[in-house]
Formats: sequence, structure tokens, C-alpha cells
Amino acid sequence: MNSRTVIPVTTGDAVVPTGHAAPRRTRRRARGARFALGLALPPLVWQLAFFIGPLLVLVAMTFWSVKMFRLTPDLALGNWTHLLSSSFFWDAYLYTFWVAALSAVLASVLALPVSYALARKVSPRLQRLAILLLIVTFFTSYPVRTYAWQIVFSPSGILNSLLALIGVEPILILNTTSATVVGFLTLTMPLVILIQTFAIASVDQRLIEAAYNLGCSHGRTLFTVLFPSARIGLILAGTFAFVLSFGDYISPALLGGSRPPTLSILLTDQVKSGNHWPRAAVVAVTMILTLLTVVLGMLALAYRKKGAAA
Amino acid sequence: MSRKYDSGALSLSRRQLLKAAGLTLGAAAAGFSPFTSAQSPHRTLNILSWPGHADPFAVAEFEKLHNCTVVAREYVGGEAMLGLINQAPPGMFDVVMADAEYVDMLRMGGFIDKLNPDDYPIADFFPEFQHFEGHWDGDDLYSVMLRFGYIGMAYRTDVFSPEEVTSYTALWSDKAKGRLGMFDWYLPTMGCLSLRQGNRPPFDIGGAQFDLLKKSLNSLAPQVSGFYSMSNLFSMLSNGTAAIIPGIGDWVVNLLQKDGVPVAAVVPEEGGLQWTESLSIVSSSRNKDLAKAFIQYMTSPEGQIRTARLPAYVASIPNRKGWELLNERHPEDARMLGLTLDGPNVMDDYAKGKIFLRKLPVQQEIDQWNDVWTAFKSA
Repeated sequence: MNSRTVIPVTTGDAVVPTGHAAPRRTRRRARGARFALGLALPPLVWQLAFFIGPLLVLVAMTFWSVKMFRLTPDLALGNWTHLLSSSFFWDAYLYTFWVAALSAVLASVLALPVSYALARKVSPRLQRLAILLLIVTFFTSYPVRTYAWQIVFSPSGILNSLLALIGVEPILILNTTSATVVGFLTLTMPLVILIQTFAIASVDQRLIEAAYNLGCSHGRTLFTVLFPSARIGLILAGTFAFVLSFGDYISPALLGGSRPPTLSILLTDQVKSGNHWPRAAVVAVTMILTLLTVVLGMLALAYRKKGAAA
Repeated sequence: MSRKYDSGALSLSRRQLLKAAGLTLGAAAAGFSPFTSAQSPHRTLNILSWPGHADPFAVAEFEKLHNCTVVAREYVGGEAMLGLINQAPPGMFDVVMADAEYVDMLRMGGFIDKLNPDDYPIADFFPEFQHFEGHWDGDDLYSVMLRFGYIGMAYRTDVFSPEEVTSYTALWSDKAKGRLGMFDWYLPTMGCLSLRQGNRPPFDIGGAQFDLLKKSLNSLAPQVSGFYSMSNLFSMLSNGTAAIIPGIGDWVVNLLQKDGVPVAAVVPEEGGLQWTESLSIVSSSRNKDLAKAFIQYMTSPEGQIRTARLPAYVASIPNRKGWELLNERHPEDARMLGLTLDGPNVMDDYAKGKIFLRKLPVQQEIDQWNDVWTAFKSA
């Protein structure tokens, strides 16, 4: 074959001879790329229109002002300086972070035995039923479930009535951080259990068997083989719990008595009285930046290669 | 002999044609009658109001009469109302319900129409409410009062006796420690505390008085059980989490009393605030005739006795003929609401000069009062 040899190239229906034919692999790759782009374009456009776009508007709004209850486009730093220099903002920020982190840790720890049992110990039928029941909770109303806790925790509610039966003094849980945490766990536990269950179930059974064969006890196998192998899912489950708790309004308002207020409550307070949407936007952007930082950090931790520098 | 239009399928004499035309025109005229909308197309009346005002209990009769549906966009707090109406596209709302202190802002913002006083039963109102502050601009009427109530303190009668709650000082008592509930809106609570300080009027205070008010508010921090939304107030008083709550009144208590909850309301000796809810026609409304009919209905005796006993929260009414009808049809409710014509009633506190209109802060910005409240929540 010499350099002038015509190499026929098929493009669909016809065989088209070409003098300087691009390699077939390149053309196929280009076709594949166009196909992928075509598939990806609708969700990309959707994300741009309904996520990135509004996010940019939200950021811009942090610099707007309110005059006679009307939003006025502006370029003022006043909203940022006002909130960032207010002690109540930082009090709310630290409290929100702390109680969300606490709830994430509690949810992860409390969900672990349940997830392990569902992933490794129960029959497939029971596993499927349990997963279905966990999914069903997402179809129920979260505010209604939270209101139900009010009935349980009120001074003469179910809990104190039961305690009275055994001669114990009533305890006041409503309008405390403990009640808020219970509300957060109500919100996050089903999701955490599901993610942990899938993570633990996906660990190669041969690794567990190898550990047993090498003489590891049950506990050592769990903590040195199973959980590290499911690390990514376990960390992501906790991260989801943090994200949901950090942004929740219902539990701090209905169970925590808005005392102290979380960032979500602070955000609504800015709008409720004074109609200060720009200041609410500042709170919202701060929350988004915090969550982004936490999520990226946890992803880095989850996918960190063993032995790599931190 | 009459001419017949020979169509083969239809034959009409002139008499029959005239009769049919007459019936058609009559039906069309009936469709425009203010007394029935049976023939008119079904319309929607959009109102911007506090919760519960589109309840069928209040509006079903009006809806039947005018062949319409009343749809409410609900808000809590006057500032929220202003925000909603500011951001609403033209034509979104037909009627706006506003507290007296916000009517001026609606008028200055060009959101509401001037009304003809002769269209509404204002002459039937008690004299105190006929030319009510905020509703008029000179001789021009912009809003018609629908209902009102007083704000002082609500308390559980199984915790506090009436003698213990004659003053706002009860909020600092040992009995209130950890059981002082707060309605999560700065205006009524801070107004009541301002009255306790002796400020008359309570919302027009200088810098020094405002600093004292801040101190007074923050000193309550150890007493507070929580900050509650409108719906949560009912829960917390019912379940006993809150034993005393300032900045609210009969509008919460009367409903709970009906359910047997041991609560009562009081206007302390330092005085109380008056809230009012009034109706205006939104300037951009496309149903102004229906909006006017709605205001006429709700301020008529029939509408007044319904709004007084609204399931969401009860209230007092300004129309004296409404009082008469209420006493005639529902004497028990009239007694419970303090709207009796013989004996003590809600107008007594008014006569004693104990009641001050709830207003927006005069010498400070709303933001300043709101920031004090937000900081207090974190204390």
C-alpha cells in the first residue's frame, strides 16, 4: 500500500473514499463526544437555568438594599458588614454548626448497628421490606412528624406520663437543644441508615472471610476490615446528615423554641420583619459556602487514598 | 295572522320571538344583579390576609351569593404583608387586610384605592371606630375596619391567679421562670414592655427610653421558654410549656377556652395595645366590584358575626348592629367575646384609656427594633 491508496470510510449509508481520511477512531471519538454532549445538554441547561442562575441572583441580592419595603438593586456592602459584625449572627452560626455536627455524629453512630444488621444479618426479604419502610418515611410529612414530638415531649405528654407511672419527676425536653436534635434525627436517620446499608452491603464478603480465617475476632473484623472498606458510604451518610440538619428550620422552630435561633431561623427573621431579603440572602450565601466547604472536605476525606498525606 | 319564519325545522311567530328576546335580556340583566350572580361566570376573589379569613365559616355565604371563590394568601406580621404586596404582580390581589399601622404605608405606596364611605356601614360602627386613625387621609377613606382585639398577656389560670397578673411585672416572677413564652414578632411584645416602662404612647420613644426598653427586654432572657409562631402559641399554652405570654390576648385565649384549656387574657394596669384588621381594595385588582362587595358583606352585621367567631382566632367587631345580631343569635358567644350590650364589655377598657393603638416605631427604624429582638432571641 502506498500513500495514495484510497481507504474507503463508511459514514452511515455510503462508502466515501477519501484521499486524506482521518483515522476512523478519531471520527468515532468525535461522534461519541457529540452524542455525550447531546445527552448531557438538557440537564446542564436545567442546572444553569434553575440552579446556577438563581444562585447568581442570590449572591447579587446580598448587595441590594430595601427602601420602603421594596427591593432595590444596589451595590452596597452594608448587609454584609451589618450581619458579620453582629454577635447574634455568629452566635447563630456557631450554634447551628455545632448542633448539626452533633446530630450527624449521633445519626451515624445510632444508625450503624441497624445498617449492619440490614446489610449482613437479615434475610433478603426482610432487608427489602426494611428498605421499603425506610423509603416510605420520605413520603410522609416532616412537619407533621415533628409536631407529633411536641405531643410526646410536652410537660404532660406521653413521655412524662410514662415517667410518672414509674415515679420519676417530669423532664422538660421541649424547647431545648435535645428536642432539636431529636427532630434532626427524625429527619436524617432514614437516609443515613439507607446509605450505610448500601455501603456495608457492597463490601466484598471475601474480605470478611479472609479476616476470620486469619484469626480476627468479630469486633476486630468490624473495625479494621468492614467499616474501613465501607468508609466512603459511611462518611457520605454522615455528611448528608450534617447538610440536612444545618439547613433545617422545622425542628429548631417547633421543638427547640427558636432558642437559640439557628441560621435558618435568622434567615426567616430577616424577611419576616422589615422584609430584608438582602440580609436573608447574606445568611443564605454564608450557609451555602459553609456547606460547600464541609462537603468538599468530607469528600476529600472519604476518597483519600490509604497512606496518602492529608 | 302572524308571520312565520319558515325554516322547515323551526318556526317562530313575532310574538314568540319578542318573548324569547325579552327572556334573554332579562336573564342577562339578572346576571349583572348585585343580589345574585347565579348567571354570571364563576370568579375568584384573591385576598391577602392573616390566617383563616377565607375559612368557609366566614365566606361560604358570600361565595354562594356572588358565585365566586375566596382564596387567601396568608401572612403573619404586617411587614410580611407589605413585602408580599410589594412583590406581587398587578392583579394578583383584590382585597388586602392590613392592621391600622400599615394602612398608611399601603396608601403612600399606591397599593390601595380611595373608598366611598357611603358604600360601607361606617355609620353603624361605634363612634370610636368611625373615623379611626390610619384609615383616613383627611376626609378620604382608604380602609374599613373589620375586627379588632386587645393585646396584654395570656396566662394559664392553673399557674397564675388573676391577682398575680395585674401588672407586666408578673413576667419576671418565679412562677414565670422557664415558662415565659414569646410570640415571635417584636412589635406587640416590645410595645407591652414599653407600656410597662410608662411610655405613652409606647412606640414613640426617644433614644434613652429605647435603651431602657432593650435592657428590660434582655432581663427577661432567663425566664423565656421559647419563641413561638402563631400556631405554636396555641400548642405551647395548651400543653403547659408556656404559662404566661405577653403581646397576645383574647384572640388566642378564647379559642383555647372553648376546648377547656385553663387560660385567660388580661389587659394589665399599665395598659394594653389594640390591634385592628381592616380591608382595602387593591388598586391593581381586576375585580374591584367583587372586592367592594366583599368588604360590604364582611362589615355588614351578617359578616361581622361570622368574623367575630372565626375558627382561626376570634375578635371583637366595630359594627354595633353586628353586636345586636350576635347577642340575638349567639348570646353565649357574645358573652365569651365580651360583646354584650348590657353589662361589662370590651369597650370598657377603651373608655378607661388603657388601650393604645399598636403602631410601627416612630423615632427608630423598624430594623433597630427588629435587631434588638433578634439579639434577645440569642441571649
